[in-house]
Amino acid sequence: MSKKFIVELDEALCKGQTCAICQHTCPQGVFAVSDRATAQGVWPLRVAQPEACTGCRRCELFCPELAISVTPAGEQVVEPTAPQPAGPAVATPPLHPPQLLGGKRRGGGWTTAPGTLSPGVHFLSGNEACAEGALAAGCRFYGGYPITPSSEIMVRMARRLPEVGGTFAQMEDEIASLSAVIGASWAGIKSMTATSGPGFSLMMEGLGYAVMTETPCVIVNVQRAGPSTGQASRPAQGDVMQAHWGSHGGPEIIALAPWSVQEMYDLTIRAFNLAERFRVPVIVLADEVVGHLYETITVEPTVRCFNRVRWPQDSPFGTEADDGVPPMPAFGEGARLLVTGSTHDARGIRRTTDPRTQERLVRRLARKLLAHRDEIDDWEAYFTADAERLVVAYGSVARSALWAVQEARHQGRRVGLLRLKSLWPFPDDIVARYASSLTPPKVGGERGGEVVVPEMNLGQVAREVERCVTAPVTCLPQTNGELIDPRRILRYLLAGRWER
Amino acid sequence: MSATKNKGEKKSSAPQLRARYLRQPTPFCAGCGHGIFINAFLRAAEAAGLDFGRTVFVSGIGCGAWVPSPHFLADTLHVTHGRAIAFATGIKLTRPELEVVVISGDGDLVTIGGNHLIHAARRNLPIKVFCLNNWLFGMTGGQVSATTPSGAITATTPAGNPHRSFDLVRLVRGAGAPYVARWPVARPRQLRRGIETALREPGFAFVEVLSICPTQYGRANRAQWAQEGGEEVSLAWAMLSWQEANCISRRKAQKEGAADRIVVGEWREGDETWSA
Repeated sequence: MSKKFIVELDEALCKGQTCAICQHTCPQGVFAVSDRATAQGVWPLRVAQPEACTGCRRCELFCPELAISVTPAGEQVVEPTAPQPAGPAVATPPLHPPQLLGGKRRGGGWTTAPGTLSPGVHFLSGNEACAEGALAAGCRFYGGYPITPSSEIMVRMARRLPEVGGTFAQMEDEIASLSAVIGASWAGIKSMTATSGPGFSLMMEGLGYAVMTETPCVIVNVQRAGPSTGQASRPAQGDVMQAHWGSHGGPEIIALAPWSVQEMYDLTIRAFNLAERFRVPVIVLADEVVGHLYETITVEPTVRCFNRVRWPQDSPFGTEADDGVPPMPAFGEGARLLVTGSTHDARGIRRTTDPRTQERLVRRLARKLLAHRDEIDDWEAYFTADAERLVVAYGSVARSALWAVQEARHQGRRVGLLRLKSLWPFPDDIVARYASSLTPPKVGGERGGEVVVPEMNLGQVAREVERCVTAPVTCLPQTNGELIDPRRILRYLLAGRWER
Repeated sequence: MSATKNKGEKKSSAPQLRARYLRQPTPFCAGCGHGIFINAFLRAAEAAGLDFGRTVFVSGIGCGAWVPSPHFLADTLHVTHGRAIAFATGIKLTRPELEVVVISGDGDLVTIGGNHLIHAARRNLPIKVFCLNNWLFGMTGGQVSATTPSGAITATTPAGNPHRSFDLVRLVRGAGAPYVARWPVARPRQLRRGIETALREPGFAFVEVLSICPTQYGRANRAQWAQEGGEEVSLAWAMLSWQEANCISRRKAQKEGAADRIVVGEWREGDETWSA
């Protein structure tokens, strides 16, 4: 008599006669359909003639559920064992240098890091300063695709990242760029991309994924005139609403608006810190003017950096608090992460039909930003103490607005300027506070308490301002691909005329 | 088969493999070819010494993407449709010491994500890509994909697919991949060995896994499997029998010609048969 084999079939895993691959593949007729169904309505297979088995193991290797084992009699291994060191191994080089993964600071939080550019005064373009700010903030991966007027950021990163031990990748498109950035962020590396309008549109997919998976990363959008390819080398501010609402599902977003080369450096650092603090994508909404402008900037010897909180033992996708930020382990740390853009519970398990999981997740993703506006809101006010009228501006247009407001002051008009440095979440309370403190007009005929919003679009921030204030709001729109001339704003402030 | 050829296949029992590598049972339809792939992959991973603690599995959207996420007990990244290889690129470039394995379907990796696939092949990015080709979009209800054979009935080609399909081996080889293979789930031993080989490759490795989808493709094209046992066997087995009868190894095909059969095997840059 030939060797005997033990054939075991786990009926709880078996998907039954619709599959029945074991039954059909077995040349000896070992298997048969059971005569009773399971609670799930499956008629499982069963081992009907174990003595017929010749040990060919076709059933075992075929079974899609890994429900069958064939063991020579007397060689049974009863209990599953702990992982053993496997045989001829795939080469396992040493883990990545720990300093890139935050070293021992697994707890994360604020730290002071040495700068990556010599301290002192530098003469740079805004795009170059943006790249330097990213490096100073600890960015060590850039994935991007060339596009005017942002390309100088990637060109500088291609040269500078290897100098600081980082990695640069020119990807095949902007979808791939942000995808690679998110992958790198989960690998534990601070990462960024930069683009402009058409590329920003392609990034909406990855932006929503980063929101849903709570992935820290920075996206710089050097805005140019659109829609579509529009005017590649001309400035605009047409992507403000897109930054917030361009990705489906209505995510809350952080967006910052630099107005100078110094701020391209400073706000890029801040963008990384906010991204790491709140585990969100942060958008730097620059524009062609500040991107291509050359100015001197001052670089400090050290940089205040926030590093993500990492404790791998905690749930990476949920917190007790309804506005909490969960800790974020990296790949390769043994956390067995389940990262998904589908609705998931605190461990990352998909719950794609559970209303409570969906609601709790979406509300926390919004609240973790909206409940911490005090850490996000950023603005500057000029001449607002006794102002009768208020100009609200952001980005390069705020430079024109400041000149116009100063000039109007010289001519005796009580005008103030509120410059928004953070656009999303929209600083409702800040705008409302400055608008409500406007003093009644002394000059007869002038519009009392007016809020004026010049911007290089047809009125995107103006509508947000309208939502926040009771005063009349006037939008001064310009979409001709040119920076708004400060004299144009002044003419409005003096004479109430906006025509060209 | 010789003992040497099969030496990697009997290290752990099915319950041991499940306990070691799987988080939970899979949700696939009865007879799904993706389950056969899981069976072969776990045995191959063990034989190749793939450390799940230092491996990141990346997948996109669709049935194939559900193979690793949430089932594999490892780091898994379940991403947007078609972008798995792009996400994997960011991981592999920044953490080269981690193994990065992409497992997803033909709709995901080729039909919507083909651009990322050919660029990763061109870059020789050292990741392993397993494309579970079931010839259509299964999860969304059986729509035509870029790998659906000409003439096949799908939900969106009710009169038969009017277009030709991608030959994934030629596509990815043409894009510059140094290692490309194609193995059918109908031959699980061959599949297991093929996966193990791919996992040991130093550079970019692409494996087209010929899977089966009884639920969508099988039902819509019943006539194709009618000769394979008829009412006597399950649809899954009829499809596997068809696949077994219609695949031919490279060596055999070189001798006797492939005719209409699907050539399976491996293509490694530098081998004398590379261009064959």
